[in-house]
Amino acid sequence: MKRGIPVRLEGLSKRFGKVEAVKRLDLEIGAGELVAFLGPSGCGKTTTLLMIAGIYRPTTGAVYFGDRRVDHLHPRDRDVGMVFQSYALYPHLTLFENIAFPLRLKRVPDAEVKERVQKTADLLGIGHILERKPAQVSGGQQQRAALARALVKEPQVLLLDEPLSNLDAQIRLSARAEIRRLQRDLGVTAILVTHDQAEALAMADRVAVFSMGELQQYDTPEVLYHRPKNTFVAGFVGSPPMNLIEGTFTGDGFRAGELRIPIPGAPTGKGWLGVRPEHLALGEGGHPARVLVVEPLGREVLVVAEVAGVRLQVLLPEGERPEMGSEVGIVFPEPKELHFFDETGRRIGPE
Amino acid sequence: MRRYLTPFLFLSPATLLILLFFFTPVVATILLSFTDLSTTTFKNPSWVGLKNYQDLLADPFLKKIFLNTVKYVALTLAFNVGMGLLLALLTSLVPERYGDPFRALWLLPRILPPVVYVFIWQGLLAEAPMGLVSDILGVSKNWLVAAPWTVVILANGFVGASFGMLIFTSAIRSISRELFYAAAVDGATTWQTIRRVVLPMLAWPILFVTAYQTLSLLTSFEYILLLTDGGPGFYTTEVWSLRAYHLALSNYFGNVEFGLGAAMAAVLVVIGVVVSLFYLKIFNFKALVTEPKIEIY
Repeated sequence: MKRGIPVRLEGLSKRFGKVEAVKRLDLEIGAGELVAFLGPSGCGKTTTLLMIAGIYRPTTGAVYFGDRRVDHLHPRDRDVGMVFQSYALYPHLTLFENIAFPLRLKRVPDAEVKERVQKTADLLGIGHILERKPAQVSGGQQQRAALARALVKEPQVLLLDEPLSNLDAQIRLSARAEIRRLQRDLGVTAILVTHDQAEALAMADRVAVFSMGELQQYDTPEVLYHRPKNTFVAGFVGSPPMNLIEGTFTGDGFRAGELRIPIPGAPTGKGWLGVRPEHLALGEGGHPARVLVVEPLGREVLVVAEVAGVRLQVLLPEGERPEMGSEVGIVFPEPKELHFFDETGRRIGPE
Repeated sequence: MRRYLTPFLFLSPATLLILLFFFTPVVATILLSFTDLSTTTFKNPSWVGLKNYQDLLADPFLKKIFLNTVKYVALTLAFNVGMGLLLALLTSLVPERYGDPFRALWLLPRILPPVVYVFIWQGLLAEAPMGLVSDILGVSKNWLVAAPWTVVILANGFVGASFGMLIFTSAIRSISRELFYAAAVDGATTWQTIRRVVLPMLAWPILFVTAYQTLSLLTSFEYILLLTDGGPGFYTTEVWSLRAYHLALSNYFGNVEFGLGAAMAAVLVVIGVVVSLFYLKIFNFKALVTEPKIEIY
């Protein structure tokens, strides 16, 4: 049962007064795909979502659902379902009437409303509490009710605006898997807006990273992680974030102040060297460093150390745990684990 | 002992004010209503028991005045709440830079002294060539005399609607933006959003404004006094509180009857208390009382 349709954004931009919230965005989402819009707050990801939903009118550009241009249509004529961060359930209505709301507005016959609401609610495991008001159920149940309301009219496009960020950490993980499973089973095209890179990487087929109203990179989670296009994506995707060291490439190495790292086949010129914390290690013969902070994270230990005036985050396996203030050696990885960026932050070398 | 003393001390200023300005007048009014105090008996009033109340019931105009009061309160209330709701919805639907100045403008008559406000109405409604309404309609009439009830209700309502407008506007503004988005995505038109989402969520403010305005309209008479003074003609727009005022403080015949007026006022107090109790019940007052946010030791 594939009922999702492709969504295409062409030269989409949105201006609020003097602020350009979204700048000439081109993006294509395949039928039945789940795409995450990832970025810090104010990066334009929610604005883009609201333009797709029809709440905001784009300043320029077009939105296509399949071959149909929809950016001039009212939300009710677009066939979208949407889940909001606050869930936006109607507080005066029972969960049943909340979920039934879109159907009631379409004047669906009573018997059919009953059947479809019950079916959708059962699918989400809230079929037994439909007579309650939103305030009388838990956050997780509210979130399911909001999802049920979005799905009950069987939309072609499902929009999720930070649907998990108000949930407890524990429920959030199971809700992630649940949404992903449902979306795949129903075959609906879905767009997930989130500022949580772990959520985006875990749930999405592809992730669009936004910053300052501009699309930075649009790729699969693997590509984002292993070949970030620029320093913004490199610093935003991955936790703890990639170490980015400003310095000069010398063709056979990298220099930042006193720090000199030999790298065969390195580029030349000013730029940034990126290295993920999990790719650094402690060991004999490494660059001499002093441990500033040690943070046990359970499975791993995060160490902040200073090497020749440069602060680096190092992620160590559980067993290793240096003393705070102690002197250690930091070992840099093979060149293939290193990332090179030019002066403007763009990636150099293998794409 | 200290446990009870501190809360009492905190409450005492408010308690004192309530006793002095609310409770004492009520007691005084009720006491006064059992006397025959008037201009003639001013130096030597005597207790007359329920005589004033008997006189009231025997008054052939009492029924008309009672019906006038019901008419005045019901129609003005309907206009106030309806108009307030309409204004709040309309000014919330347009951008703030238009809505806010409009609301401010609508508040002007409330800030204006009633005498000035009524003076403007009288000017508007006078005969041509002075009266604007006469000029526009092309019929020269004193519209205040021609349609006294309409004028009384409108003059009160235009001022009164601003109260509902303010309360409803802030209630509408406190509805989360996402709820409006959700309604739009669910397929609701603007009208459906208002009817199925906004209005149900305004149930409490509407009830509150209705309750509050019922009580204040029952006892308000200043605009009627200034506009028609109960006329034109014989008791056309005379309402209960105005009648009490006339009897007690401004009798046509020069003999002001404090006792009789107090009896009328006392009836109003009783009606007010009954209505308040009724509203408190539907408001579910106990549910509104929350735990104190500051602990006092």
